[in-house]
Amino acid sequence: MFNEEIVKPENLVYKKTSVLTDAVMHYCPGCPHGTIHRIIAEVIDEMGIQDKAIGVAPVGCSVLAYNYFNVDFVEAAHGRAPALASAIQRLHPNQHTFTYQGDGDLASIGAGEVIHACNRGENVVIFFVNNAIYGMTGGQMAPTTLVGMKTATTPYGRRVDLNGWPLQITELVAQLPGTDFVTRQSASTPADVRKAKAAVRKAFENQAAKKGTQFIEFVSTCNSGWKMTPVAANEWMRKNMFPKYVPGDIKVDGEIVREYNPSDSKIVRDIEPVK
Amino acid sequence: MAKELKLMKGNEAIAEAAIRSGCDGYFGYPITPQSEVMEHLMAEMPWEKTGMVVLQAESEVASINMVYGGAATGKKVMTSSSSPGMSLMQEGITYLAGAELPCLLVNVMRGGPGLGTIQPSQADYFQTTKGGGHGDYQLYTLAPASVQEMYDFVFKAWDIAFKYRNPVMILSDGAIGQVMEKVYVGDYIPRWTDEEIAKNAPWAAFGKPATRDHNIVTSLELDSAKQEQNNHRFQAKYREMEKNDTLYEEIMCEDADYVFVAYGSCARIAHKAVQLARDKGIKAGLLRPITLFPFPTKPIKELAQRVKGMLSVEMSAGQMVEDVKLASEFKCPVEYFGRYGGIIPTPQEVVEALENKLIKG
Amino acid sequence: MTEEIIIAGFGGQGVLSMGKILAYSGAMQGKEVSWMPSYGPEMRGGTANVSVIISDERISSPIISQFDTAIILNQQSLDKFEHSVKPGGLLIYDPNGITKAPTRKDINVYKIAATEKSAEMGMAKVFNMMVLGGFLKIKPVVTEQYIEEGLKHSLPERHHKLIPTNLDAVAKGKELIEGVNVL
Repeated sequence: MFNEEIVKPENLVYKKTSVLTDAVMHYCPGCPHGTIHRIIAEVIDEMGIQDKAIGVAPVGCSVLAYNYFNVDFVEAAHGRAPALASAIQRLHPNQHTFTYQGDGDLASIGAGEVIHACNRGENVVIFFVNNAIYGMTGGQMAPTTLVGMKTATTPYGRRVDLNGWPLQITELVAQLPGTDFVTRQSASTPADVRKAKAAVRKAFENQAAKKGTQFIEFVSTCNSGWKMTPVAANEWMRKNMFPKYVPGDIKVDGEIVREYNPSDSKIVRDIEPVK
Repeated sequence: MAKELKLMKGNEAIAEAAIRSGCDGYFGYPITPQSEVMEHLMAEMPWEKTGMVVLQAESEVASINMVYGGAATGKKVMTSSSSPGMSLMQEGITYLAGAELPCLLVNVMRGGPGLGTIQPSQADYFQTTKGGGHGDYQLYTLAPASVQEMYDFVFKAWDIAFKYRNPVMILSDGAIGQVMEKVYVGDYIPRWTDEEIAKNAPWAAFGKPATRDHNIVTSLELDSAKQEQNNHRFQAKYREMEKNDTLYEEIMCEDADYVFVAYGSCARIAHKAVQLARDKGIKAGLLRPITLFPFPTKPIKELAQRVKGMLSVEMSAGQMVEDVKLASEFKCPVEYFGRYGGIIPTPQEVVEALENKLIKG
Repeated sequence: MTEEIIIAGFGGQGVLSMGKILAYSGAMQGKEVSWMPSYGPEMRGGTANVSVIISDERISSPIISQFDTAIILNQQSLDKFEHSVKPGGLLIYDPNGITKAPTRKDINVYKIAATEKSAEMGMAKVFNMMVLGGFLKIKPVVTEQYIEEGLKHSLPERHHKLIPTNLDAVAKGKELIEGVNVL
C-alpha cells in the first residue's frame, strides 16, 4: 500500500538518472565523488547527450568511474587523460569528450598534459576534483595540499622549504588563451551542488558551441584521508580550503572575471590540524 | 589499382602511406632521424584531403596517450618516433596492449643508450620484442628493409592491428628512414565511416547509442582471476599470430652452406655480403625475418639442420642472435656480427666475419 | 650495370640535390636507384655527402663504403673518400679550395673548375649541375633526355622555369671537365 503510493508518477520527486549505472559505488561514505558523478550524469541526461558523451577516467579514487557512468568510457594512464581527450575530441568533433581527474592525476603527474591541452584550446570538458590529498594510495601529499597540512608523506605538516607551495593550477590554466570557462565549485551544501550543476551544464553547452577548453574544479573533502567524519571534513574544507581555493568563476566566455595575484599564493593561513 | 611511381625517403613513405591507407590520426613529437614523417604530413595537409587529423603533441608521452585515446574510439591512429622517444612511450604501449587496442607505432631506431647518437641502429630489438613496458605482452613487429616496404607495411599494419586488436610496430632504423628509393603508391583508401567503425570495432568507445550497453576501454582488472583469464586471451592471440602471420624472406638459401640472418637495413647489407661471398666461392645465403614478433623460428630451425653455420648480422651488441640460437636448436653453429652506436657494418666486414667466425673457426 | 657514387662537399653546395636529380633521372629511365644522405648536425654548414646507386638490378645495400665514382667538392671530402674509390674507378673534383690534389694513380682522376666558371658566368646557383654534367660526360649512366625528367620531378613546380638554365649548366660541365690521370 505504502510502496504503491510512492510509485505513482504524480508523487515522483526524484529519480536516479539512467546515465548512472546501478553499480554500487566503491567511494567512502561521505565522499563527494558520488554527488559530483550524479550532477554530471544528470546534465548529460537533461541535455540528451548520452550517445555523444565519451568519458576519460584517471588513476586515483575515480579510476573506476567508468563503472558508474552509463556512457562510453576510456581508462587513461596516470595523468594522461587530457592527451587522450584531445585526440578523442579531434577525431570526434561533434561528441562530448570529458575527463574526470583528481589533484594528483591532474596537477602533479599530468600537469604537462593539462596545460598543453588547455593551451591548445582543446574542445573538451575537464572535471578536476581537488581534495588536497592522494586518496587511493592512502593519504599522501598532493600538489594542492595546504601548507601545514598533515598527510602520510608530510607527517609534520607540509613545509614550503621541503615541499614547495600548493599549486593553484585552476588559476594557472585560466591564464592560458585556450581556456574558455574556468570555474571553481564545490558540493559542500545543497546550494553549492545546484551552482555546481549549473556550471557543468554551462561547460557542456560551451563545448557544443565549440568554444574551447572548459575547466571545472570541485573543491572537495577526503574524510577518510583527512581522518574526519564527513560533517567535520565538510566544515574543515569550508574553513581551511576555501580561503585558498576560493569558489566562484575565474574565467567566463574567455574573459578573466576574477583577477589572480600570485603573491596571494604565498599567504600562509593558520589551518586547523588534520589528525 | 593504379600505381604511381615516386622517389621518397623511408620516413616520407610512412607518412604518404598513412594518408593513402585511410589513417584517421597521427600524433607525434619531433626527433631525428624520423622527423620527416610529421613534416611530410603537415606539408600534405591530409585533413583537407581525407579528413585525417595530424597533431604535434607536447611530448612523446602525450603522443602515445593521444594514440591510446584515438584507438579506444575505434579510429586508425598512429605515432612515430626514434629510440629515446620510444622509451618514453613504453608506458602507453603496455596500456595499449593491455586494453587490446589496434594502432600503428613506428620506431626509426638510432644508436643508444641514453641520448646516444642520431645515426642508424637496431639496438631496440629487445625493447620491442621482449617487452619494453611492463607485463606479458607482444607487439606484432614488422621490419621493413626498403622504402617500398615502409609504405606497404603501413597498410599491412592496419589489417593485422584490427584482426588481432593489438598494437603493430614498424621497427625501422635511420638508414631506411633516410634513404630515398623508388616507391609505387596506390590510390587513396577512404577512412572508415562511423558505421564501418561501429561494425569493425564494436568494442570501441565512440559514444553509446541507445541500442547497446556502454563500452569501457581499460587495461585495469582488479580481480586477479579475471586478469589471468585476460592474459590467457592475450597469449592465445600471440600464438595465433605465430601460426598465421609470421613473415620472412629467403635469398639464395637453397644451396647455401652459410646463412646470414639479418633484418631491416642490415638485411640489405647482408644481401650484398651474399653476393661478395659468392664472388669468393663461398655459398652464402640470407634469411631475412620480416616479422620480428612473431619470429621465423621454423625456417631457421629447418635451415640449421642443413647448413654449416649461421651469422646473425645486427646493428646492436647481439640481440636477435639469441632468438636465432634458440630457433636453431643448436643444430649448427650460430655466431653474431654487428656494429653499433650508430655505425653501419659494411658488406666487406660481414664477409670477413663469416670467414673468421664460421669458416676458419 | 651498377654504378655506386658518392657526392661529397660542404652543406649548401647542392650536394644532396645533385644526388636527388641524378637518382630521379635514373628512376625515370626505368633503373633501380637509391639515394642515401648523411644526416644530422654535420649538415648544418659542415660537410654533406650522399651515396647514389643506379643499377639495372635490385639494389642490395643502399649503404656503401666503396665507390665506382667519387664526386668531391672540398678538401675534407677528398681526404675522406679518395681511398674509398674502387681501383679503376673514377674521382672527379673541383679544384676550388683544394690544397692537396688527389694522389692515387690506380684510378681515373678528372677535375672540373665549376665553382670558378659558374661564378664567372653568373650561374653560381647551378654550379652543382655543371659538376653533374662533367660526370655524365665521363660516365653516361643516364641519358640526356631523362635529366630533364629528373629535374621536373625533383624540383618544386615553382622552380620549373629554371630547368633550361640547369640544362645549360649540364652542357657547360661537359665542356669543362678535363682529365688529370686517365688510365
